[in-house]
Amino acid sequence: MTSTSLPGQLPDATDSPVDTRPGRPAARRVRGEPGGHKIIVSVIMAVLGMAFLLPLVWLILAALNPHATSGLSSPAFSLDNFRAAFQAGAGRAIANSLYLAGVSTVVATVVSTLAGYVLSRHYVPLKGLLLVGVIFLTGLPVTLLLIPIYQIFVKINWLNSPFYTSLVLGATSVPFAIWLLKNFIDQVPRDFEEAAAVEGSGQFQILLRVVVPLIMPGILVSAILTFINSWGAFLIPLVLDSSPGDTPGAVGIYEFITANGQVQFGPLAAYGILFSVPVIIMYIISSRWLSGSFSFAGGVKG
Amino acid sequence: MTALTRRRATVAPAGIRERQRLKASTLAWLTPASALLIGLFLVPIGYAIYLGFTNLELLGPTAQNYSFTGLANVRRMIHDPVFWSSVKLTLIFVVGSGIIAQTILGLALALLGQRAHVTVRASVGSVVVLAWVLPEIAVAFIWYAFSQAGGTLSVLTGHSNSDLLSTAPLLIVSVANTWRGTAFSMLVLSAGLRNVPQEADEAAQLEGASYWKRLLRVTLPIMRPTLMINMLLITLGTISDFTLIFAMTQGGPGNQTAILPVYMYIEAFQFNALGYGTTIALALMLIGALLSVFYIRQLRPELRRAR
Repeated sequence: MTSTSLPGQLPDATDSPVDTRPGRPAARRVRGEPGGHKIIVSVIMAVLGMAFLLPLVWLILAALNPHATSGLSSPAFSLDNFRAAFQAGAGRAIANSLYLAGVSTVVATVVSTLAGYVLSRHYVPLKGLLLVGVIFLTGLPVTLLLIPIYQIFVKINWLNSPFYTSLVLGATSVPFAIWLLKNFIDQVPRDFEEAAAVEGSGQFQILLRVVVPLIMPGILVSAILTFINSWGAFLIPLVLDSSPGDTPGAVGIYEFITANGQVQFGPLAAYGILFSVPVIIMYIISSRWLSGSFSFAGGVKG
Repeated sequence: MTALTRRRATVAPAGIRERQRLKASTLAWLTPASALLIGLFLVPIGYAIYLGFTNLELLGPTAQNYSFTGLANVRRMIHDPVFWSSVKLTLIFVVGSGIIAQTILGLALALLGQRAHVTVRASVGSVVVLAWVLPEIAVAFIWYAFSQAGGTLSVLTGHSNSDLLSTAPLLIVSVANTWRGTAFSMLVLSAGLRNVPQEADEAAQLEGASYWKRLLRVTLPIMRPTLMINMLLITLGTISDFTLIFAMTQGGPGNQTAILPVYMYIEAFQFNALGYGTTIALALMLIGALLSVFYIRQLRPELRRAR
């Protein structure tokens, strides 16, 4: 799915949607500062970095040491803890997380792309009000929705269903996704759509063949953020789906911590790493495009 | 803000005029999103406002035959010392571990990153971001282990025999939250620093102003809107945080870490008081809304200028 059928390339659309400045170097040279400062600054930053690193070091050492305790373990290399984590159901739980995150990501992304396109291009009555409403929902605490949704699910018999749980997870990402994707679509010049319309393509064809390839970076960012959000979800699956076979990774780790009195640090650390790797990979993939979103928050100038 | 002005810029020269009539496809394409947002946001919000004034329980006779009880829940909340201590804890947690600690650390890292060696900046940046990307439950477990008797933090602080999660629970969950959340501020504020026009800083430099003076008088005032938005986003993120604290302490010991979302969960799903739990959730939303209004008022001059 590339935009090969399009006349010419669109450099803007592949760049971040909001940071329109030509790539400035990340660190500006501070002129007129003595060179010695750079070393001091680097040392201070490295020390701060160490403080952030230490907990991660503990996690990795504990996962690899079969006799891990809450203290720093001595370096070892054993996969016993990973085996124990799988015996405690890590595999099943991660598969369940994959289902929840996957379904909610597909639902939220498809639904938000359609809505984002309409809100960007079509005439919609009260559009301004709708957009403000969407931004408002972005900041709404999910905890508020939980009890009423639970109560509704009891009534319509949707409790303990991974599919409906993933719908709720997806819905919590929809306001942000609509807002993000609409901004991406706003950046796409309309000429291409007009050309395709003249050639007689239907609206859905235009969206799928012309707009979607151009906003692929936006779709990926939105999808990955939704995925990471649903992947880590704890409270919603804890309340809405309590059947033991459906337990996702986050709830699985929680139950493993509180199970049988004695906390098994090694296997838990391994479980934690197994559960973290997918989102770390996703983040690395998306970081290229994600930086644009931060420029947005940073770009509101006085 | 920027989005709005940008939008106008792209819309104006566009070829096709938006025809001012509703198309069938408009409605069709909005339907799935509307269904989700109405079914899983608007209806639940409305329902919450009703349930918050009922005696609904999770189990027992009032699970089915609950009724509207007027202001009974509100009265109970006003006289509930645990609720008020929970409000206090929530504010301490949000302000301390969120707004203050994360903004200061994030700003420090962003400023250091501007001038540090490239390798240091890149590697420290990655570590800080890694802490942020980890699932919250993993963070909770790491810091749980870290603060146990014999845990790394306990040893480092010279309390190797005490379980810091029972002696200083609020402090430990706050440290964990700061560890996890700082990356966000670092990323937002680094981006903000890049957008500060160099000319202002250079002009101050020519007048011989020191680094700190330039930071306080030039850079930070220019960054004010970014700082405010950053704080707003941290506030909204931290105030409804549940997983981290619940997994580490379940709100204990003795409700010492029961911030409002945790207290809501305890009341609703452990003490079965769904109705009262909803009242607490409504109070939480109200506090969040008040704080948001405060930030947006602070941002008003900038918003007006952006228009």
